[in-house]
Amino acid sequence: MSELLTLSGVETHIGRYHILHGVELGVPEGQTTMLLGRNGAGKTTTLRTIMGLWRASGGEIRFGGERIDALSTPAIARAGIGYVPETMAVFSDLTVKENLVLAAREGEMDQTRLDWIFGFFPPLRKFWLSRAGTLSGGQKQMLSFARSLIEPRRLLLIDEPTKGLAPAIIGALIDCLKEVKRRGATILLVEQNFRVAQAIGDTVGVMDNGRVVHAGTMAELVADEAMQQRLLGLSLDTHQ
Amino acid sequence: MTSRFMPLSGDPPRSRALSIALILIVLALALAPFLFPGAKPLNVAAKVCIFIALAASYDLLLGYTGVVSFAHTMFYGIGSYGIAISLYSLGARWDAIGLGLLVALPTAALLALVIGLFSLRVQTIFFAMITLAVASAFAVLASQLSWLTGGEDGRSFRVPELLQPGTVYIPRDVLGVAVTGRTLTYYIVFASCVVLFLLLLRVVNSPFGRVLQAIRENPFRAEALGYRTVMHRILANCIAAAAAAAVGALNALWLRYTGPDTSLSFSIMLDILLIVVIGGMGTMYGAIIGGTLYVLAQNYLQALMGTVSTAAGEAGIPILPQLFHPDRWLLWLGVLFVLSVYFFPAGIVGKLRGGPG
Repeated sequence: MSELLTLSGVETHIGRYHILHGVELGVPEGQTTMLLGRNGAGKTTTLRTIMGLWRASGGEIRFGGERIDALSTPAIARAGIGYVPETMAVFSDLTVKENLVLAAREGEMDQTRLDWIFGFFPPLRKFWLSRAGTLSGGQKQMLSFARSLIEPRRLLLIDEPTKGLAPAIIGALIDCLKEVKRRGATILLVEQNFRVAQAIGDTVGVMDNGRVVHAGTMAELVADEAMQQRLLGLSLDTHQ
Repeated sequence: MTSRFMPLSGDPPRSRALSIALILIVLALALAPFLFPGAKPLNVAAKVCIFIALAASYDLLLGYTGVVSFAHTMFYGIGSYGIAISLYSLGARWDAIGLGLLVALPTAALLALVIGLFSLRVQTIFFAMITLAVASAFAVLASQLSWLTGGEDGRSFRVPELLQPGTVYIPRDVLGVAVTGRTLTYYIVFASCVVLFLLLLRVVNSPFGRVLQAIRENPFRAEALGYRTVMHRILANCIAAAAAAAVGALNALWLRYTGPDTSLSFSIMLDILLIVVIGGMGTMYGAIIGGTLYVLAQNYLQALMGTVSTAAGEAGIPILPQLFHPDRWLLWLGVLFVLSVYFFPAGIVGKLRGGPG
């Protein structure tokens, strides 16, 4: 399958710190690629570099065959990449509706798509006209997630969507991700929770010290406990 | 009230007390020539209108976009000088007013565009410093180009006959007040400020205004959604500048004079800043409440303190006569400001709407 997103030798410096040391990663079209690794391995920086929020100081990033590492963040977003940061990234002063309208091109929301989103996240309908700042943590994450889904994107970059969430909400997120995936979306997802990663990942990249140290299929990694131990310092059994 | 405001902006006052206060202020301003006869009260009413519209235009920048600018009085001054120079040079004609506006408004917007292009790409603190420098340079320039601007003395000019105080429209007094060109000028100022305020209210509640709020809260997040934050900030700056210039033109028309003290002074900049903070940043309605209270305090606090000081002196109360001496009115204005910020951190409108503080 062809790669929708390709990172070749990507370097990122933040101030005087050298964070990414030549990241090599391919995200196949129509598949969900999990980016795993310990804290501080460079996963979030990789996503932010793809979005242009940190500028790549070396290497190249191609999206649909076109180089995007020199583009501005708005241009990258308009090229069809949706980004869900890890920090429940809502606009607190705006209502739930206004948050979603902002993410819709031309300010028009597709009602069918909206109803589909409400199916996964009913609280968003309930608090439709409430300020996002008044929502709970889980509801904020739903809104942040919904904002990336309100328009069909060619690629979704999602950073630890389950972090700090209650199990019931994690379940809704997984169902939603599976459905998004079934509809043919390409996803690059950073996740610490290996159970979640296993449930939705097709391919996997494992990062350590700013490099991708392993790339392959999720099935391979799930089947090989020794590899899990070596790459992630865990096994499915200890993570049940 | 709610239904009246909904079609205009979709942003009703959302508080009964606020709605009542707004209705009272608007009614008082609409009937000011008849309710408060005399030159000073009418002058205060016109100043309230002008400062409401000026503060609203600044709220678009500070409250909705999160941009701190010290050049707002410069744009206000461009509008004032545009009208003044035009009427002074061409004579008391309506087309001179039109020409003054036609030159001043685009000039203000263009200058805002240039400043924005140079400085809004970086951190907003840098923009604040640039605007401070440019505004200071403009004030010096206006003072030095005395052949054009009248220098420190400013420019007095005549207005078209229909606006002159000597023009009487109705031979008999209405409610004990003569309806003159001054009355018409007041209503031009009032109506223009209402229109400007409603336009600004519409802007901040449009999709563009929502993007501005998103940028104020988190510019990176807004960029990740595909919005060019710099272009949005620059456009907001241009709209605010053009609105400030329009208000400056109204002020000049009302005073029939423009000089550095009435249009370019840094104290006007501080006044606007205080009005927006006291009224409530990012609310627009805060400009109405803050502007009214501030201008009233500026004009009547001194007289009120004089009365208190005299009464305390006559009653033989120690310290109070000195404490409330009219010369200390700025000290008490400062105390009122500190107290209002302490007790209403979200401004009076924020408090009335049930926000923090």
